[in-house]
Amino acid sequence: MLIMRHELLLVTITVILLIVEIFLPNDRKRKIILPAILLMAAVTVIGFFPGKPGTLFGGMYQSTQLTLLLKNILNIGALIIFIQSVDWLKQDQNKEKISEFYLLILSTLIGMNYMISSGNFMMFYLGLELSTIPIAALAAYERFKEKSAEAGVKLIFVSAFSSGILLYGLSMIYGTTGTMYFTEVAAQITGTPLQILAFIFFFSGMAFKISLVPFHLWTADVYEGAPVNVASYLSVISKGAAVFIFTIILYTVFAKIAVLWSEVLYIIIILTITVGNLFAMRQQNLKRFLAFSSIAQAGFILLGIIGQSQTGMATVVYFVLVYIFSNLGAFGVVGIIANRTGKETISDYDGLYRTNPKLSLVMMLALFSLAGIPPLAGFFGKFFLFTAGAKQGYYILVLIALLNTIISLYYYLLVIKAMFLNNSDRPIAFFKSDGYTRLGLLLCVAGIVAVGFAGSLYEWIYQLSFGLY
Amino acid sequence: MSILTVFILIPLLTILGILFCKNDMQVKWVSVFGMGLQLLSAITLILLFLAERRAGNVEEVLFVQDNLWYETFNIHFYIGVDGVSVAMIGLTALVVFAGIFASWDIKDLSREFFMFLILLASGVFGFFISLDLFTMFLFYELAVIPMYLLIGIWGSGPRHYSAMKLTLMLMGGSALIMLGLIGIYLNSAPHGGPLTWDLIKISKETLPEDMQRFLFPFLFLGFGVLGALFPFHTWSPDGHASAPTAVSMLHAGVLMKLGGYGCYRVAVFLLPQAAHQLGWIFLILATIGVIYGALGAIWQKDLKYINAYSSVSHCALVLFAILMFNQTALNGAILQMISHGIMTALFFALIGMIYGRTHTRYINEMGGLMKVMPFLSVAYVIAGLASLGLPGFSGFVAEMTIFVGAFQNADTFHRVATIIAASSIVVTAVYILRVIGILLLGKIRNSDYELLTDAKWYDKISVVALILGITLIGLAPLWLSDMINGGLGPIVQKLLAATPIIH
Repeated sequence: MLIMRHELLLVTITVILLIVEIFLPNDRKRKIILPAILLMAAVTVIGFFPGKPGTLFGGMYQSTQLTLLLKNILNIGALIIFIQSVDWLKQDQNKEKISEFYLLILSTLIGMNYMISSGNFMMFYLGLELSTIPIAALAAYERFKEKSAEAGVKLIFVSAFSSGILLYGLSMIYGTTGTMYFTEVAAQITGTPLQILAFIFFFSGMAFKISLVPFHLWTADVYEGAPVNVASYLSVISKGAAVFIFTIILYTVFAKIAVLWSEVLYIIIILTITVGNLFAMRQQNLKRFLAFSSIAQAGFILLGIIGQSQTGMATVVYFVLVYIFSNLGAFGVVGIIANRTGKETISDYDGLYRTNPKLSLVMMLALFSLAGIPPLAGFFGKFFLFTAGAKQGYYILVLIALLNTIISLYYYLLVIKAMFLNNSDRPIAFFKSDGYTRLGLLLCVAGIVAVGFAGSLYEWIYQLSFGLY
Repeated sequence: MSILTVFILIPLLTILGILFCKNDMQVKWVSVFGMGLQLLSAITLILLFLAERRAGNVEEVLFVQDNLWYETFNIHFYIGVDGVSVAMIGLTALVVFAGIFASWDIKDLSREFFMFLILLASGVFGFFISLDLFTMFLFYELAVIPMYLLIGIWGSGPRHYSAMKLTLMLMGGSALIMLGLIGIYLNSAPHGGPLTWDLIKISKETLPEDMQRFLFPFLFLGFGVLGALFPFHTWSPDGHASAPTAVSMLHAGVLMKLGGYGCYRVAVFLLPQAAHQLGWIFLILATIGVIYGALGAIWQKDLKYINAYSSVSHCALVLFAILMFNQTALNGAILQMISHGIMTALFFALIGMIYGRTHTRYINEMGGLMKVMPFLSVAYVIAGLASLGLPGFSGFVAEMTIFVGAFQNADTFHRVATIIAASSIVVTAVYILRVIGILLLGKIRNSDYELLTDAKWYDKISVVALILGITLIGLAPLWLSDMINGGLGPIVQKLLAATPIIH
């Protein structure tokens, strides 16, 4: 059973937390925060011990060195979110349901782990559902706020709808091949019209989860309504997991019709990056702003997928890792400021550097990393994505993406301009953030600064990606 | 460890030191110490380099250090210098050193100011010593981005607009460069073998010609944006006018040279066939830039705009010379980069100092400054005369070499371009003498100005250092031009090999 180590560990700590929750009296629920973080940290660390690849349940579940790494990456992200959310969970209105936050997050994480390890479309679908539905509950966490409730409902409708489309596609795949196992399906994909239709449905379903244009319409509303920490979870972990399995399925199951899906991706990439960027420029609310920026970032990730090579796969994983640190850094700052002052528009940030220099610097680093400015990690991620794309001869596509990075730089600079350049009569007053927030942001900054210089990290991912394409 | 690593380490350590400073005074002295050390290392490097060459070391690049960074992409931290880059490093160290003293008066957030300024400098140094295209590009962008904050926070006038315009245009250029570099990398091994970013190795290969034609415009245009290639120069007047003194100095003096250097070192050196076939398009643009910049300067009333347009003209002359594809003109191009770098830094330093006293940059509102601030005025006259190419100063050596080189191309097209470009010398004389006449000579128009003081000690250090630079090159240009010539060998051979028929 060691093969399923990640999942079992997560289930174990979920159960432990559930039992502790039962015995904690109502006025001492906050006591669960520290154990939850420590347990998650332990799981993350244990996850890095050398694991054993193998398959279980007759090939339904398969574990490789690569899936172990992907799960570790998700664990790191979840751990940072656990740490960052403490300040928010300690607020009075949340104190009775602190443990629910942890339990729901953990169950989605379990779902994602199963999804990444799936060797069968049934297993994949189960994992996907387990990883989506609890998030809807999380989005509606602050149910006394109208927007939060709206976000929850929107998310559940959209996921139900996209799951329906996805399932329809899967049923067609079953209909044409007579099996749900990845390897057997892969052998029988020949590109018949029905299979292509099935692929399109599958693709659309996944596009909803990764929020690619034109399936992105729910994203900004949900991010805006949901609590900041849930939005950050949605934008990095949830999206990251979906990207991972999406890449794996494209590379393994649909490898034979790569010509077809790279054409689809080509158009979707241009749409996603451009629309994401153009809408991000217009946003005033920082959560909506980050929502559109994360749509555009997803477009960049696809550029690695279209690279169709070991380099492509490795770069996608690497970029998601970098993106987790950068985006969580930005969301962390937005979150703590929203908690303390309730302000979350760009113009509220005017003159922030004069009052809260450290937070502004973290925000600047995170945004520059998202924009791909050296020597921060985002630069390396983007550069490798572009190289992977150009390697397949997609020079024009890479050029369009590059020009889009200029647009993205413009709107990231707008936030930096507000913080550093603008002066305000009533800037956000100085406040001291708590230890947890600082630790969370410190982890992000360390990731943003260090990941790019550690060339061996990329090599390691590259080695693990061997044989996938 | 090669001596060149020092050029990245010192700025980084200086930034670290600034972090621990307690007050403004300490910040300034730490910066002075760090950049003084940097200047000394640059002088040491020049002497070491000359000694090596004299000892008969004919390696293409010296002081090499090579560390593997990303194995998959074959990215190395690969540094080394030839005569050209040594000269550029010397220029950068001098201008940064003078820039620290020119910004002695910064009061608001001075710690951050010096940190960003030195970060920018470290990007420039890194760019000049890199021989790996990836690290070169990394340092290039590192040098561009602190500009936004430097202009936006400490600038004057419409600084938010200028900072945004400058950053976006330059980053637009760098997007084109990135595509070009990736293209070069993917075609760097036409005869099989591992792909590489190694500039020296790639220069030994001939890239497929259709690929060269595709990539050359991206690279030349991308670097050209930073080199103020017409019509992509528009960020320059706005940016320079709004930037604080030291940033204008560094930007016009050094950063714009990154553009010219990139065109020379990457676009022309690695893609010589395409350069020959497509160079004429850019030659037309560069020629327009030379004359347009000079004419633009005549019309301006703001001192900084005058100098910014004159920079456009002088930097276009660098690109013009590079596109002449012969040894003499290339030598002139590098000389012009260095000469203009020091000269324009001196101009901007003086303008900043004058503005700091009169609080206006409009020449019509000033006059007779020679009487109240003789030191600054004399320095201004020196800078002006150097700029219009008076013998004895560096400008003359550079422009002379460029036009002699340009005239070696005997066909009508190049001749016409040369004549048009050469006529800019006359225009330059017009706007320089006009400014000197209105600004420095004559009566004092505003009686408030009679109370103004002349340069302080820190102003003087800055100005004297730069004046020493231009006169040194002007009076004894041979050691410099020999050093540069040594570095030009490989590129000239490559260009000759690329043209079967020599015009």
